Amino acid sequence: MSPTAERTLRILMPILVGVLLVVAWWALSANQGRVVLVPTPAMVGEQIATYPELILKATGVTALNALVGLGLGAVLAIVLAGLAAWLRIVDWMLAPVVAAVAVVPIVALTPILNTMFGASSQFGRQLVAALAAFVPIFINVLRGLRQAKPVQRDLFSSLAAGGGQTFAKLTLPTAVPYLFTGLRIASSLAVISALVAEYFGGPANGLGTAIATYAKSGKASLAWAHVVAAIALGLVFFLVTVLIERIVARRIPA
Amino acid sequence: MRFDTRPVQDAVPAVRAVGVGRTFGKRSKAVDAITAVDLEIAAGEFVSLIGPSGCGKSTLMRLIADLDAPTSGTLQVFGKTARAARLDQEYGIAFQQAGLLPWRTVLQNIALPLELHGMPYAERAERTEQLADLVGLTDFRDHRPDQLSGGMQQRVAIARAIAEKPRLLLMDEPFGALDEMTRERMQGELARIVARTGAAAVFVTHSIPEAVFLSDRVVVMSPRPGRIVAEIEVPFGKDRAELLRESPEFFAKVTEVREALHGAPVERANER
Repeated sequence: MSPTAERTLRILMPILVGVLLVVAWWALSANQGRVVLVPTPAMVGEQIATYPELILKATGVTALNALVGLGLGAVLAIVLAGLAAWLRIVDWMLAPVVAAVAVVPIVALTPILNTMFGASSQFGRQLVAALAAFVPIFINVLRGLRQAKPVQRDLFSSLAAGGGQTFAKLTLPTAVPYLFTGLRIASSLAVISALVAEYFGGPANGLGTAIATYAKSGKASLAWAHVVAAIALGLVFFLVTVLIERIVARRIPA
Repeated sequence: MRFDTRPVQDAVPAVRAVGVGRTFGKRSKAVDAITAVDLEIAAGEFVSLIGPSGCGKSTLMRLIADLDAPTSGTLQVFGKTARAARLDQEYGIAFQQAGLLPWRTVLQNIALPLELHGMPYAERAERTEQLADLVGLTDFRDHRPDQLSGGMQQRVAIARAIAEKPRLLLMDEPFGALDEMTRERMQGELARIVARTGAAAVFVTHSIPEAVFLSDRVVVMSPRPGRIVAEIEVPFGKDRAELLRESPEFFAKVTEVREALHGAPVERANER
């Protein structure tokens, strides 16, 4: 296969799969007769066209929750991973905590946090997103901070480089690609977690609340319209992370 | 391009080891990597350490570099402790693996020591260009290590090692991973560079012809426990042409070193 044909196919194939999925969805919803449960793509599209402001507003709330959570989780993860890489004892202290955080059921935690911070605060939701984002970033950054090779460490030692210099010029650049691997995973997780947290209480806004409300009140098409928005939001988070990674990787190739 | 050499006025030897030993592990599991090593290397002298695997030649070099500490004996580098010599940047070092930073270009890798020690940018850039030229990598100055062949990577490592004009060069099998042809060319280049800088050198190798071609003196070591079993002078002067490799004197020295290696009491040819 020629490179041009391969490139064309690489773009065409996912589009084809997308079209097939929409067709299948259409066939399923049309033949079923119970339109209330599975609205057709056209109905969902119509809802999106009719209520763009409503959907955008809910998406904005969720986006902010996910973003704040991602930022909070990332900062916490980077700082703690740095400490754990620097001091063995911190690593030993943190390992069980991180393992525990990794398996915390968001569904169970959310009502508690919502109660803790009050029904009018978004902070409980942001904290849920932060916890979800924290784990993959922490694990990847900690691994990345340990990837400098012995020969490179020997070199810096032979050059009488100080601890700060070694960290800035060897340890940190080595860890950067690992940081982005963590961020890529965490970005989608933060969106999903924020959404799930909204689903389970707190202020009456955001995509999660909207989906719950409209699904229960028989407005399935509008609920699905919000689901589409949620998917789009997750993709945007993922793509922005990949884009930043590309820009940074051009300066620091792995 | 000129390469100024520091005058060899000091009678202080580059390396002076007296009864140096390094033991790994404790009590019953203790292994003597090297034991009772006495070695003096004059300023400007090129000395090769040769011997089978496990004879402690790399360990000895790491002790001189202060990347490891002896468990017995005293070790001085230019009259100071090995640690003081390292902190004063008295030596430049090249390892078997080039140990380049993959996110840096050729020039940026060569510049690393200068950068760490705060040389101003303009001066650093000029010096780095000189070094890239010296090792024949000017055309690859902006390439990253993964775009270079093994020989080119090793040349970057050598340029980095001599960036600050050290009085002592430490090299641990720097050409060990290269093919024979590249290896001989690199040896020629190294001989030329060392002759020009007037630095002393400790060169760890497995290769007898390599040791003979480069050295003023070949130190033969033997394993279990690692120790020096012979020292062979190689009086071919500083300016060595490629033709030397085909001369009878060269073969005579190669034979002499080989006999010293095989005649070592503990080891036989099966170790190699």
